[in-house]
Amino acid sequence: MEPKLNFTNIPMDNQFILSLITAIFIGGIAGYLGSLMMTKRMALVGGPLGHLALPGAALALLYNFNIFWGALGTIVIGAVIIWFLEIKTKLPIEALTGLVFAGGVALSFLILPLSQAEEALIGDISKIGVTDTILAVILGIIIFLIVKKIYSKMILAEVSEDLAKVEGINVKKYNLIYLISITLIVALEVKIVGGLLTVAMLVIPASASRNFSKTLSQYSLGSLIIGIISAVLGILFFKIFNLPAGPLVILTASLIFLISLIFKKR
Amino acid sequence: MKNDFILKVNRLNVELGGERIIEDLSFQVKKGEFFTILGPNGAGKTTLFKALLGLIPYQGEISWDSKNPKIGYLPERLSRAKFKELPISVREFFKFKESSDEKIFEMLKSTGLENSKILEKGPGDLSSGQFQRMLIGWSLIGDPQVLFFDEPTTGIDIGGEETIYSLLDKFWKERNFTPLNPPKAVRQSRNLTGLTILLVTHDLNIVYGYSTNVLCLHKKKLCSGPPREILTPEILEKLYGTEVKFYKHTHG
Repeated sequence: MEPKLNFTNIPMDNQFILSLITAIFIGGIAGYLGSLMMTKRMALVGGPLGHLALPGAALALLYNFNIFWGALGTIVIGAVIIWFLEIKTKLPIEALTGLVFAGGVALSFLILPLSQAEEALIGDISKIGVTDTILAVILGIIIFLIVKKIYSKMILAEVSEDLAKVEGINVKKYNLIYLISITLIVALEVKIVGGLLTVAMLVIPASASRNFSKTLSQYSLGSLIIGIISAVLGILFFKIFNLPAGPLVILTASLIFLISLIFKKR
Repeated sequence: MKNDFILKVNRLNVELGGERIIEDLSFQVKKGEFFTILGPNGAGKTTLFKALLGLIPYQGEISWDSKNPKIGYLPERLSRAKFKELPISVREFFKFKESSDEKIFEMLKSTGLENSKILEKGPGDLSSGQFQRMLIGWSLIGDPQVLFFDEPTTGIDIGGEETIYSLLDKFWKERNFTPLNPPKAVRQSRNLTGLTILLVTHDLNIVYGYSTNVLCLHKKKLCSGPPREILTPEILEKLYGTEVKFYKHTHG
């Protein structure tokens, strides 16, 4: 056993430090990515993708492999099914996503005993290990750098897709890069907040940041910072109150959002 | 001086959703023209723009005089409401195209937006007139050789439109030195790349007021040439269906 560090009255151990580092990276980058999802176009696709992580998490728990890979697997499979159904049926993508998601959740509960479902649903940071942290830090930095590079182009495409194309921006390519980034970050998130709450980590920090900011740079940086603050505070509250960390992270973010309403102009 | 066309369109056909929008259209645009595409709503004007810009598939031939002409584009539906959805400042909007603050400021100034506070405002928070000025500045920053301007049919009153078009006209004259191409030597000494404007409108006043050439479009080409020569009552009736009251307006 390593000697325990005492930092005020919060007990710190290696596992705790690992989960804190993981949460800082995932929370911050989820917030940052989420700031691009606030535009309608992306929210439609990116949001439901998060829900597809749940059956994957259930499978991982059942067969005892890393939740990240389970979540990643079902998101990708779900996305392919949705894509295929869309081509076949021409139904609205929201309806198809709902269908695939509901089917996936139903299946998860059939295969996973309810008593074990908690971790899949709301996450469990005490299960975070060194591998998870390394994965979160490395993937997080890569995703951040990639999205930072395409950020302003995505925003211009949101202003006007035609305008972006005339400026030589390959909108389809960037959308795909963005969706892949979202998929990866959502799969990472499952460890912390579970399969049900992944979308909240993308959307809430950005919504709060929107209320504080007038410019793009304030907005994107704000989303990142609020994501980090929510993750850190949520995990500290977990240590103090001994309640599940995932919901506490999301509730902290929601609280920050409520506070941001005071600052909202008009 | 033979090769002074910037754009040649030959037998262009565009189909959207199984419907033929543009039929067998051929025309040419010379360098430095203020070229108007005139036609009623639904005549295929915006579709023609999109085909020229390579945004939609088409059949036929569209050739530019250089491989990658520098293009400025103002789409029809760029509205203030769109910008209100996004936290973005005018400065950041210009940064998509130009990194130098000084150049951005100069451009805004020449569109009549001299207040330095404009840079920090959101495009959605500008007045309607300021917004249009800003858009023109945005489309012209980086010295495009061709400007595509799709007339916003909603959201500007006539007074506003008048300023916008005279502003476009001002830029066009500045960039081309004289109403039409200046001698090459003059152009080079002043570092003028020349500006060709392609403008979509349904407003005859704009055509008479500013354009050097007009293409009347209603699915097919109905006429083309200098507006005062070709816009006869017969053509206008064919174009708009009913009689048009204000033909051959003597303007300015």
